[in-house]
Amino acid sequence: MLEITGLRASVGGKEILRGVDLSVKAGEVHAIMGPNGSGKSTLAGILAGRAEYDVTSGTVRYQNENLLEMEPEDRARAGVFLAFQYPVEIAGVNNAYLLKAALNEVRKHRGEPELDAIDFMTLVKKQLAVLEMSPELLGRPVNDGFSGGEKKRNEIFQMAVLEPKLAILDETDSGLDIDALKVVANGVNALRSSDRSTIVVTHYQRMLNYIVPDFVHVLSGGRIVKSGGKELALELEAKGYGWINAAPQEVRA
Amino acid sequence: MSVTSTMDVSSAYEGYQADFTHLQDGLNAAGTPPSLKLLRQTAMERFRRLGFPTTRMEDWRFTNVAPIANRPYALGALTEVAADEILPFLIPELPGALLVFVNGRFSASLSDTDGLPSGVEVQSLSDALATGLDTVEPYLIRFESEGEQPFSSLNTAFLQDGAVVRVGDGVVLRDPVHVIFVSTAPGEAVVTHPRVLLLAGDNSQVSVIESYAGLRDAGYFTNAVTQIDAGAGSVVNHCKILRESLQSYHVAGVQARLARSAVVTSNSITLGGALVRNDIGVVLEGEGAECTLNGLYLAGWKQHIDNHTTIDHASPHCASHELYKGILDGDGRAVFNGKIIVRLDAQKTDAKQSNKALLLSELAQVNTKPQLEIFADDVKCTHGATVGQLDEDALFYLRARGLGREEARRILIQAFATDVLNRIRHKPIQVELGRTLLDRLPTISAGETT
Repeated sequence: MLEITGLRASVGGKEILRGVDLSVKAGEVHAIMGPNGSGKSTLAGILAGRAEYDVTSGTVRYQNENLLEMEPEDRARAGVFLAFQYPVEIAGVNNAYLLKAALNEVRKHRGEPELDAIDFMTLVKKQLAVLEMSPELLGRPVNDGFSGGEKKRNEIFQMAVLEPKLAILDETDSGLDIDALKVVANGVNALRSSDRSTIVVTHYQRMLNYIVPDFVHVLSGGRIVKSGGKELALELEAKGYGWINAAPQEVRA
Repeated sequence: MSVTSTMDVSSAYEGYQADFTHLQDGLNAAGTPPSLKLLRQTAMERFRRLGFPTTRMEDWRFTNVAPIANRPYALGALTEVAADEILPFLIPELPGALLVFVNGRFSASLSDTDGLPSGVEVQSLSDALATGLDTVEPYLIRFESEGEQPFSSLNTAFLQDGAVVRVGDGVVLRDPVHVIFVSTAPGEAVVTHPRVLLLAGDNSQVSVIESYAGLRDAGYFTNAVTQIDAGAGSVVNHCKILRESLQSYHVAGVQARLARSAVVTSNSITLGGALVRNDIGVVLEGEGAECTLNGLYLAGWKQHIDNHTTIDHASPHCASHELYKGILDGDGRAVFNGKIIVRLDAQKTDAKQSNKALLLSELAQVNTKPQLEIFADDVKCTHGATVGQLDEDALFYLRARGLGREEARRILIQAFATDVLNRIRHKPIQVELGRTLLDRLPTISAGETT
């Protein structure tokens, strides 16, 4: 699904990623953990196609394509979805309008016919129920006036409707209370299947109680310094990140 | 100003003077009432005295009217226009009466004023001048006696036609009246001086759509004046829509006076014109009056759009809300000047002004200036101006959801504009202008190299 090799990247001349290697196979859930400033969000942003990062070396292959050469919209159409850490408020653009346009772009790419308003609403209402969201949110401008929790829920709702192949959740847990966290996790888990992969970027282990990863990686100083199973997350929760930085090691995921 | 252009200006004066003499002679033959003749003469003399404004004047600093002053125009005349030619400028599904003017002159055959309720008069100014001068003259004289606006005086000097919408005390006119001025494109450049009178009685309710359109791409000059008189407790909606040709010039003064507790909403949507100057002046004369001024303009290549607004809080407990938004592309230029005056005894004034410009190219330029003159001490006045580009984060967000770059841009530009369009009371106008806006967006940046 995704093969990252020797990825180095900088922003404004400052190197953030210093040789990241990561291999994600179809059906797997990978958690990327790490302290603030370790490069987690940079990695997520590069995968989605944010322009402000300069990739200086390394490769990223997604479904055997060179992901780094693709425009952000082409990545999205090919099934890459980034759940934003800070979903953008867009006044004047209706939530349902954006979602329908996005879904039809994805469907066009897949060679499927575009959905009309009725089929779209049927699909959307099902996913709204899963995420326990009010249908009223559909008629509102994108993220405008949403609470922090509503924004995060809206991201996962979009994901559920778009059914990506590779979902990247960037700190989706931050700002969520425990009930909202469970709802969001349900939405993510409902999408888990043998042909989809998920990368969960998080600072805390909390969400991983509900979205149980197959692999956990620790990103520190722009490198993956340790990889393991889901128990690694618990260890990090108990001991913090300090012990990892003390003994960096080469690891292969 | 160079010697050459000064000579051109004086030849333009001669042109107007010749037209004026011709107009006076023609109308005298038909028996012009002496008072009307005097009004026109006074206005012409004032125009000659004031002259065309220059960029040395504070109010015209950023807007050079030399292209208008230097060019001779012939006075517009009614020409035959087929009904389907004006069809693109009507608003589908908009109910209500329709008044159509071709080259500034009323076209009875294209207009439709059937079914108006009693207490409502909708007629052409030429009819009103001929049959009921005493009912409109006080408004005309009052307007000419106020202010020192050369273009307004020029309008009065050539006062001949336009629209009169009068709603009696307590009368509610639910459907809007659409007054549309179309300019055709004959061989010579034409000037029109339309006048619109919107007279709302006490506790009445009325909505007037005033639109201007060029049937073909042509150079013409529209010099319009609109007077709004809102009686006590009246609710008046005025929507001005410019879909002028991109070679045309449009200078307009809108003057509104609000009596006690009157509520006036003005929407000014400029989607055309090479050089446009809108002056809107609102006087909140009566206690508790309230006005809302919404504006939206597009300024693309070779366009210059200037909006000047003045809100005069002359009484206590009045409120004003103002939102102007502009979209600039290519080498488009725009000016926004929002003056708010709060008189000494206008306590408890609540005035809000917001002006936002979206620059889509590096060549585009906007000059924006709030101007607050506050003489009372217990007031709330806020103003804000922002000038910026499209939000890169929002663009990326839309693209990360699969929308192409151009599509994402279009959606964000539309969202910026929709904010103003959605404030127009009539849904069919929102829809139609949204469509016009979309049509115009690719053309305003036509020739863009980036």
